[in-house]
Amino acid sequence: MSFSSLGGRLLIPVVYLAMLSAWEGLTLYFSVPSWVLPAPSEILAAGVEWAPELATNALVTLRETVFGFLLALALSLPLAALIAFNALARRIIYPVLLGLQSIPKVALAPLVLLWFGFSEWPKIVIVVLVCFFPILVNVVAGFDAVPKSMLDMMRSLGASQHMILRRLRLPAALPALFTGCKVAITFAVIGAVIGEFVSAQSGLGYLILITTSQSQTPVAFAALLLLTVMSVALFYILEYLEKRVVTWSP
Amino acid sequence: MTADIARSDVERAERTGTGRPSVPVIHLRDVIKRFREKTGREVHALGPVDLTIRPGEFVCVVGPSGCGKSTLLRLIAGLEAASGGTLRRYGQPLDAPSHEVGIIFQEHVLFPWASVLENVLLPADVLGLEKSAAQARAWRLLEMTGLRDFAHHCPQNLSGGMKQRAAFCRAMLADPRFLLLDEPFGALDALTREELSLELSRLWDELGRTAFMITHDIEEAILLGDRVLVMSPRPGRIEADIAIDLPRPRSIDTAALPRFQEIKNQVRHLIFGHRKG
Repeated sequence: MSFSSLGGRLLIPVVYLAMLSAWEGLTLYFSVPSWVLPAPSEILAAGVEWAPELATNALVTLRETVFGFLLALALSLPLAALIAFNALARRIIYPVLLGLQSIPKVALAPLVLLWFGFSEWPKIVIVVLVCFFPILVNVVAGFDAVPKSMLDMMRSLGASQHMILRRLRLPAALPALFTGCKVAITFAVIGAVIGEFVSAQSGLGYLILITTSQSQTPVAFAALLLLTVMSVALFYILEYLEKRVVTWSP
Repeated sequence: MTADIARSDVERAERTGTGRPSVPVIHLRDVIKRFREKTGREVHALGPVDLTIRPGEFVCVVGPSGCGKSTLLRLIAGLEAASGGTLRRYGQPLDAPSHEVGIIFQEHVLFPWASVLENVLLPADVLGLEKSAAQARAWRLLEMTGLRDFAHHCPQNLSGGMKQRAAFCRAMLADPRFLLLDEPFGALDALTREELSLELSRLWDELGRTAFMITHDIEEAILLGDRVLVMSPRPGRIEADIAIDLPRPRSIDTAALPRFQEIKNQVRHLIFGHRKG
């Protein structure tokens, strides 16, 4: 059995539409109250009605996510280089980082709030904490995975450590860097929402918290949908960048 | 075309015996290499080895696997330190790699993120050579090896033989006086091997460099070498140093000469004579 290319392409949207219709039909048929599980049509209506609030809060969450992610990137790269190239630094820093990583970030959130006060900073700090480790671990692995034969070749030319870093280790670590970033960016959105749950005046996490407590469940669902879209979009932006930069990977 | 890349002067004269006696390219005396394994056990990998390589010579090394051939090459390259003995390169103590020595590894080790031309130009960047001269030289080398049309391709789009040709261009870019080849054709199929070794023989005749090549292919060693060194199993020692008195330039027909077969048998007996039963 084989699908024509058109049939194959149509199949997936048709299945999704069928699932949405089933959702719509079942909530109507069993008259599920909308504060428990809203029908897709109600979510859509709420989304349109609340569009300005959703947009402003989405922007807040996006700002926290992206800024925290970039900060984590800027912090983890030099530390990854230090760990990769200095055996002593690796023995000292790596266990500490591993220990910190095993602390659940949700448990840290109230402390971060205590230290950084009521501003956007606690949320950004949580995003940094969540993103930092996956980027660091992957970049260290990338630096470690440089083939010995390539190092020998550079050494045979009398290349300095700086030259080896610039011409060999950095480009060789790029695929691993992107892997780390893609893992981190999906965590980043989660981190921002955790931060907003703990201390919030704005953001999609805050909106979800408020609307569910007021039985405005359709709005909460619309906000959830926006979070998902944001997370997926950020991931694909990184994947696009990776395809443009890492042209040599199979 | 290759006149400006060739070293037709002193070294060629020395090879033919008309020049003044000069400092050996490489001089090893009582060189030993020991490794410490991860288990803490010490392994005597190589030596003692005495070896002199004179300017313009093509020296090939054959031996059973694990005999320390590659270790010997790494010592001569300055990539590893010896555990004992004295090593000299052009009369100077040998303790680090030198830009006067070009190395071709078994794997091409071309950077996948750079084009063929950029890969060939790498030594110019590392050594800080003058850009336009290096560019011109890179293009001439690519022309010589038939890679001109592939200069802007990625290495991974090239065949195994073409990759190794590109690695040859890179090794030659900084105009080394001495070439080290570590099983340069080891990862290639039999046909490409033969083609490339004949090509290397032709290039070497034109360029007149000193060369030291590790191989596990006896015919290849005889076809290319002025001397073939036969190494014993670990700890590797130089068991025989056979002068190859075959005429140059060498070609596919060289392998058909009775003298070629005679030397080949001699080398085979030296290598396999160790196996008992």
